[in-house]
Amino acid sequence: MAKFLSIRDAVANNLKHGDSVAFEGFTHLIPHAAAHEVIRQGFKDLTVMRMTPDIIYDQLIGMGMVKKMIFSFAGNPGVGLLRRVRDAVENQWPHALEVEEHSHAAMANAYEAGAAGLPCAVFRGYLGAELAKVNANIKSIICPFTGEKLAAVPALRPDVTFIHAQKADRKGNVLIEGILGVQKEAVLAAKRAVITVEEVVDDLDTHTNACILPHWTIAAICVVPGGAHPSYASGYYDRDNVNYIEWDAIAADREKFLAWMDKHVLKAPPEIFAERVRHLRASA
Amino acid sequence: MSNDFTPDEMMTIAASRALKNDDVCFVGIGAPSAACNVARLTHAPEITLIYESGTIGTAPSVLPLSIGDGELCETAVSTVAVPEMFRYWLQGGRVTIGFLGAAQLDKFGNINTTVIGDYDRPKIRLPGGGGAPEIASSSGEIYITMKQTLRGMVDKIDFVTSFGHGTGGDDRQKLGMTTLGPTLLITDLAVWRPDPVTKEFTVVSMHPGVTKDNVQATCGWTVKFADNVEVTPAPSVLELKTLRDLKARTKAAHEAPSASGANA
Repeated sequence: MAKFLSIRDAVANNLKHGDSVAFEGFTHLIPHAAAHEVIRQGFKDLTVMRMTPDIIYDQLIGMGMVKKMIFSFAGNPGVGLLRRVRDAVENQWPHALEVEEHSHAAMANAYEAGAAGLPCAVFRGYLGAELAKVNANIKSIICPFTGEKLAAVPALRPDVTFIHAQKADRKGNVLIEGILGVQKEAVLAAKRAVITVEEVVDDLDTHTNACILPHWTIAAICVVPGGAHPSYASGYYDRDNVNYIEWDAIAADREKFLAWMDKHVLKAPPEIFAERVRHLRASA
Repeated sequence: MSNDFTPDEMMTIAASRALKNDDVCFVGIGAPSAACNVARLTHAPEITLIYESGTIGTAPSVLPLSIGDGELCETAVSTVAVPEMFRYWLQGGRVTIGFLGAAQLDKFGNINTTVIGDYDRPKIRLPGGGGAPEIASSSGEIYITMKQTLRGMVDKIDFVTSFGHGTGGDDRQKLGMTTLGPTLLITDLAVWRPDPVTKEFTVVSMHPGVTKDNVQATCGWTVKFADNVEVTPAPSVLELKTLRDLKARTKAAHEAPSASGANA
């Protein structure tokens, strides 16, 4: 049953050191405010998973909170490489990072298998791809009906999934609109789900086939306006593309990165996100 | 025709010409995205463009910075969840063309976007495959576009992220693939097609003013040229204007100053 909590309490009540955690959002609705709260609370030895690790994983990894990352594309979309992830992989800074690398198709299928209660995902993939040689979790299975060799990967079942969504009603049913990514699957695959929303409304005011997560699938809901910034929330504010471009220079230097994190995350309250998106609301 | 164009513009326009109105194209970000949208804005207005964020039949007015920019969703015929995108639409065989870029490419169209150097001790850790490994195997055929450099077009790629024709010949069929794989490579200097038997990329057309020496000097393998290498038609006035307008709109949209104060 969803509890309405502050993001501080929601993170403290649901996450433990050493947990496996998914922060999902496919370019759209990335849960930045939730990730910043996790960083402020100083969790260690996390196994983090995400199809497209971008700025928040650069931050979690650069702050030394991550033991292992499961992913399928680690880049700053449209800008370039992730400087902190690279520093961890290439130079073990701030410490060594274990990686389990997949393709998008594999990760999407693995979340779906997790949501479906299956032990593994089966799909036609990784044909000729060298990832199968460096990732022991990529295996194959023979179709018992046709004899076709198919790829198999273990289901993803995070201890906690964090997502950001547009709105919840007062019972705690959550509506996601626009680019949906793998959020529904990541929530249903997880033991506990924490969702930040832009607002709480009396009526979700949507159509019968909308993507809604019922309140009883969610552990906690937190109202954090602007909580996806610099990602976006369709209908609320636009993507802050300039912020993504600027991140490249901040993340390129260890000292600059640590100073930025100190000022904008460690010493900043979650309420700051509402300020950050103010100028992006007009055209959304 | 126009004589005032850059090699980059020629590359994008040559790539756009390969796309047809009835194609269903899975679009990679960067150069492929520009080419696909020039095609849509010129000779192929009905083309179905799909980005891996789940947007099907999208028609953005500016090039997206990421594969999930809001405008892709707002202008799409439908937006589906990412597992559905990969399962029903790509794996289900609905995509006729997969359009990819590459960090490293070999002469058989195998692509590396994972690492430069050793996988466990990389010299450069690149972003990785994303959707590309399955786009490469499940799309009806693959078009590739990239700028020629000795570092990019190499005899042996450091990591096979996405399988092209392997070591050539019928390597794809041996792995059970029924799709055609790479059938076209468009660079800033030339248009290449695989040899029907060996599957080695062969230059069939060079862009205006380009020589065979230019092509070889920026390619890490010994280049094969067709018996009759044609000259790529120069961009038309409309093609060039469409591309430049698109780039100008994109620049204005992405580089508007941020006022969030988030990085101050």
